[in-house]
Amino acid sequence: MRKEIPRILTVICLLVLFLFLWWAERNLDPYLRRILNLIAINIIWAVTFNLIYGYTGQFSLGHAGFIAIGAYVTALLTLSPAQKEQSFFLSPCIWPLNTIQWPFLPSLIVGAILAGVLGVLIGIPSLQLRGDYMALVTLGFAEVIRVINMNLQPITNGSLGLKGIPDYTNLFWSWGCAIFTIFIVWMLGKSSYGRAFKAIREDEIAAETTGISIFSHKLLAFTIAALFTGLGGGLFANLISTVDPNLFSFLLSYQVVTIVVLGGVGSITGNVLASLIYISLFELLRPIDQPMTFGSITIPGRPGMRMVMFSIIFLLVILFYRRGLMGSNEFSWRWLLSKLQPIFRRERQER
Amino acid sequence: MSLNMFLQHLTNGISLGSLYALIAIGYTMVYGILRLINFAHGDIFMMSAYMAFYGVALFALPWYVSFVLTIPLAAILGMVVERVAYRPLRDAPRISALISAIGVSLLLENVAVVAFGGRPKAFPRPPLFAQEWNLGGVRILSLTFFIIVISFILLVGVFYLVNRTKTGRAMRAVAWDFEIARLMGININQVISLAFAIGSVLAAAGAIMWGMKFPQLLPLMGVVPGLKCFIAAVVGGIGSIPGAMLGGFLLGVGEIMIVAFFPELAGFKYAFAYLALILILLLKPTGLLGRVVEEKA
Amino acid sequence: MAVIEAAADIQERETREMTMIKTDGLSKHFGGLIAVSDFNVEIEKGELVGLIGPNGSGKTTIFNVITGLYKPTAGRIYFDGKTVTGLRPDKITALGIARTFQNIRLFSQLSVLDNVKVGHHLRLHSSPFVAALGLPTYRREEEEITQNSLRLLEAVGLADVAQEEAGGLPYGQQRKLEIARALATRPKLLLLDEPAAGMNPEEIRELMEFIHRIMEEFDLTVFLVEHQMRLIMGICPRILVLDHGVTIAHGTPDEIQNDPEVIEAYLGVEEEEDA
Repeated sequence: MRKEIPRILTVICLLVLFLFLWWAERNLDPYLRRILNLIAINIIWAVTFNLIYGYTGQFSLGHAGFIAIGAYVTALLTLSPAQKEQSFFLSPCIWPLNTIQWPFLPSLIVGAILAGVLGVLIGIPSLQLRGDYMALVTLGFAEVIRVINMNLQPITNGSLGLKGIPDYTNLFWSWGCAIFTIFIVWMLGKSSYGRAFKAIREDEIAAETTGISIFSHKLLAFTIAALFTGLGGGLFANLISTVDPNLFSFLLSYQVVTIVVLGGVGSITGNVLASLIYISLFELLRPIDQPMTFGSITIPGRPGMRMVMFSIIFLLVILFYRRGLMGSNEFSWRWLLSKLQPIFRRERQER
Repeated sequence: MSLNMFLQHLTNGISLGSLYALIAIGYTMVYGILRLINFAHGDIFMMSAYMAFYGVALFALPWYVSFVLTIPLAAILGMVVERVAYRPLRDAPRISALISAIGVSLLLENVAVVAFGGRPKAFPRPPLFAQEWNLGGVRILSLTFFIIVISFILLVGVFYLVNRTKTGRAMRAVAWDFEIARLMGININQVISLAFAIGSVLAAAGAIMWGMKFPQLLPLMGVVPGLKCFIAAVVGGIGSIPGAMLGGFLLGVGEIMIVAFFPELAGFKYAFAYLALILILLLKPTGLLGRVVEEKA
Repeated sequence: MAVIEAAADIQERETREMTMIKTDGLSKHFGGLIAVSDFNVEIEKGELVGLIGPNGSGKTTIFNVITGLYKPTAGRIYFDGKTVTGLRPDKITALGIARTFQNIRLFSQLSVLDNVKVGHHLRLHSSPFVAALGLPTYRREEEEITQNSLRLLEAVGLADVAQEEAGGLPYGQQRKLEIARALATRPKLLLLDEPAAGMNPEEIRELMEFIHRIMEEFDLTVFLVEHQMRLIMGICPRILVLDHGVTIAHGTPDEIQNDPEVIEAYLGVEEEEDA
């Protein structure tokens, strides 16, 4: 009986979440819905970064590149030919992209797969490098993708970007994908592969002599991460409706790193919590960028104060509280129940 | 292309390369000692440019005073960053220090946005540097010439410092082996602070000259040159100062020349540095002037 | 080129049926330093052979070369009928060579049980796809792995600390865990690198019994590197002695103890031990 309880509780939670999303989709104003969607998408990105860094110990700064691929591919496939003609006024969009328009799901899948393919291509040279070099090279690859995007006018419309991407992304899509991603990453982490990843992170030499092929496992984690990151990218494009190459700069990669570090590397729970907190705060703190009045006191606001605050918090965490919110611990029903037990026991004693 | 054009491009390339070399040395020194990519170095470069700018624009100092004053200020900034953000993490896994470097970089950039605003500022270009000279048919800006000369002096100075002085020997010892250097009585913290100071000084000098060459100051202006210069240091041989110099020059000359010969590739200029990086890491990971050292397991 | 290959093939076939591992002219140079020079050994199935020598004589280097962590500068290695020179470490482990490390290398943040489970990964059949979706095929394999790992832990006496963090175990238990993890890879040949380091005579005696036990239970051939004379002399019927990378003696414990070159190489070191 004990063994089934956690599973039932999880299912109940998912049902509650589903009901909330159903209500939210109908009743919340667009601004709040957008925040919720962004949270879900950042969860996908954070959890996949966690797969690469938290599980196998590889530090990749190339997330923005995979996001860009997913975003652009999905956008190009879902945009209507009419929109494309309008946007691509410098030089027309190439065939067959200029004539096709696909529904959401196949576009997302193709975007994710292409991001995964890119993951293999980038992973093969990058994963052979030592930690800091790998960070640099992956950053470089993401930047190269950005530069290529800027210049491939006929395909990506260059620096003009793409407008009018149909806003297919709703709370069910984004949170559905987020939950699916969490499921896959969690299952993988629990499995023998997850143990192999962590062994690589702990001690590569020992892992290798225990029979684990280092490179292929690193590449596996990297490619899966790239695939799901691209999925998030596709969801992103169809959420914000307008993309341009500069949206997918290293700053976006840094954002993902920030979230993972704040939440606790190696903890999916941490990733989720941190995404929630970071994105909400990011939006809610917008007022700081404007002057604020408290009664007779006016605090002048400067645009960018938010980011300064976040940067300071980030540095404080990395310097003093390196483990982040959750460390590498996961939430578990067992833990929660063990914390609640004393309360029940006390109640029973009082009766 | 006429010989004159070629020489003009070459001169511009060497000039740009000198600037890259100055910045690259800062990266290679820090990496040689701490095995850390100092992501914040490019932002110290940016800060120096702004400091020099505000010295003139806000404090109405004559340009030479402002420029000279910026140098020690940059050194202080570099040392403060090391003390606050890197030293506490010296015993932590290397990736933590890397993440901290990213954090500092972000902080400096965001502070710049708030303090200086996102709109470009116009860096002063004193008349001395704005003249057009004609050297045997080659038309260059006097600035280009001065950049090469000043950089050369600085580079020679660094070379002398590192290879011919006791302090330099201490730095090389620490770069070779931390523990042994410490056991030999070398004050590690002092050496590291010095390395950061020197790197920042060179970056500041580079920033001032850069500002005169490319007068638009932006909060993110240090990012791209910073990354390019670290790549240059890797290509030349990370940990090696001559390597950083070589890498910087190759990068500068290469950039100018490639665009000169293939103007249609101008948009991809940025990507060349990364392609060079990938090639070098695949073919000769220790860099052009680096040594191959097999690690004992 | 073809002639050399043919000669090597013949030599490969000529190594006897019972030979588990054989090295031929194995050398390892690090730049100018010669760590190992012309090392030759032939170990038969079921044998227990020891390798001793002063610190820095190259013992661990030999292990590192055999297990693929280093590429030899010269020479060949034959294992179980195949040439394994220069193969990647994980491939060598898959063929049946497992090892422990002089400075214990556990996956410290993983649990004791997980450390042993990792040893099973190389024989996993399920693809990542199947594992990620938790399909029944995978779940069955996972169950097998768990059961087998628990059995191994019992065999080394660590069953009651299965859920503890590996890094928190006392030294002696960490050594046993390393051995259990190595056994999980189902090796034919087990290389033990200074397993008795830091042990008192009582513990050494236990270790000797332990080695004999697992050799029988798991049908192992063992190649043992040790610095301490007591263990090696106690259980190894055949010993090689290394000094500065060169094999200076080869024989039974009695022969070794009376060999003048061995005594000289260890002169001073033995006195340290008795002190």
